[in-house]
Amino acid sequence: MNLQHVDILIIGAGPAGLAAAIAAREDGVDSILVLEREAQPGGILRQCIHNGFGLHRFREELTGPEYAQRDIDRARELGISIECNVTVLSVSPDRVVTCVSPLQGLRRIQAGAVILAMGCRERPRGALCTPGTRCAGIYSAGTAQRFVNLEGFMPGRRVVILGSGDIGLIMARRMTLQGAKVLACVEIMPYSSGLNRNIVQCLQDYDIPLYLSHTVTDIRGRERLESVVVSQVDERRRPVPGTEMVFECDTLLLSVGLIPENELSEGAGVELSPATSGAVVSDTLETSVPGIFACGNVLHVHDLVDHVSDESFRAGHAAAAYVRSERKAERLISVVDGAGVRGCVPQKIHLAPVSPVTLMFRPSGVFRNASVVISSGKKDLLRRKSMIFTPGEMAAYDLKPECFEGLDGSEPITVRIEE
Amino acid sequence: MDQQITCINCPVGCRMTVTLSESGEIQSITGNTCPRGEKYARQECTLPLRMITAVIPVENSATPLSVKTASPVPKHLIPEVMAALKTVRISAPVALGQTVLPDVCGTGVPVIATRPLE
Repeated sequence: MNLQHVDILIIGAGPAGLAAAIAAREDGVDSILVLEREAQPGGILRQCIHNGFGLHRFREELTGPEYAQRDIDRARELGISIECNVTVLSVSPDRVVTCVSPLQGLRRIQAGAVILAMGCRERPRGALCTPGTRCAGIYSAGTAQRFVNLEGFMPGRRVVILGSGDIGLIMARRMTLQGAKVLACVEIMPYSSGLNRNIVQCLQDYDIPLYLSHTVTDIRGRERLESVVVSQVDERRRPVPGTEMVFECDTLLLSVGLIPENELSEGAGVELSPATSGAVVSDTLETSVPGIFACGNVLHVHDLVDHVSDESFRAGHAAAAYVRSERKAERLISVVDGAGVRGCVPQKIHLAPVSPVTLMFRPSGVFRNASVVISSGKKDLLRRKSMIFTPGEMAAYDLKPECFEGLDGSEPITVRIEE
Repeated sequence: MDQQITCINCPVGCRMTVTLSESGEIQSITGNTCPRGEKYARQECTLPLRMITAVIPVENSATPLSVKTASPVPKHLIPEVMAALKTVRISAPVALGQTVLPDVCGTGVPVIATRPLE
């Protein structure tokens, strides 16, 4: 098999892969190849037909397809090569990418740098241990979204939604508008992980009840789903006997979390973080394997595509610098999750960064009138108050290079929420 | 008469109470922590507006066309807008931003395509 060569190979042509490609090309890298598994670029945005994307980046509210199209158009303008219908089978630690496609068969490509931008996937029914029969009519919310918005058919007529994440809420509205009856949205936690805006505009606008501290305790139906049983749960999330409600329905949608899709990363020997299920990266988005970078939802699940684009531009710039050998080895300081903080990205920061470092994390609970404190030893790098921190909203802070002055790397950087 | 409104402007999600007179005039708004909340509550109690997005079938394409109202329209018109969209007959190719319905339900707002379709 011939070995093809490219400077930068990007896996995935969703918002992350497109932004990374654009940034690398704008930095003057000519040989860039983006590989996409689907028939078209755009990633998950293609099926997110609702609006609310791009407020930070473009100062206007776009729908998902409109947001994607801007990056697709820009990538085409720059002459970036995007190959669709290509599935990557493996990435080796020395950056040989093996892929397969109907037109070109099996290929091996040696890349100067690889950017992982494969996105995430939904947590499936099997991960929930839900009781009941294995009947038809149970879909993840994103699968139903694809059916309705891209393939043009309705998965059912009477719907119950388990989980109140944003995709579930968005699908409650979409199914209602397209003619289905949504009977209930059921959330095991005492609060919804979705945005207030979606609770109001996707549930309340259509009088869809939200049952907090409830879960599905039975799924009934032989061939097709016939009904689900919903029970209240106690503070330890155990179902309370005697609280059962039966909903007759033909469809159950699951919106119970997203997991970064890192099988290829693992195959390349990339170290993963248990907190984010994504790669451990430095402030330049480089993974533990030199020359392999990661950005977007494959790195950690974002709430806003604007943040994905921003992170991926930085990954693209960093990969461009890497292939030009502009960076020399420098010492890294670890970033540690402190109280109230989960899954800080990046997990490592160069001792003397030359450009601002964006630090993102998810609060582990709801904190009101609290402060985020980023410190190393006795030195506070940043301290900022906020009226509210919630797990549903990723916190992001930019640290200027001067914040790191005087650090010698002897102590890690700790991020915590102080009440 | 009191109306309860959850603010959607930020994650704080202030729960506001709007007191209305019998004729429906706003007498007071409480519970908001910033001016954006008051503005939102005022709009929600007088004329709530929503962007509407949907997909419509395309005669010569298996892929449906995603569309949106070019600006927000009164919330109470959502069912009528969806019904109006059902009557639209359109064939590919469609350009992004192309008008598929010039003035939906007398709002003066067009419905436009949010993706290109070849």
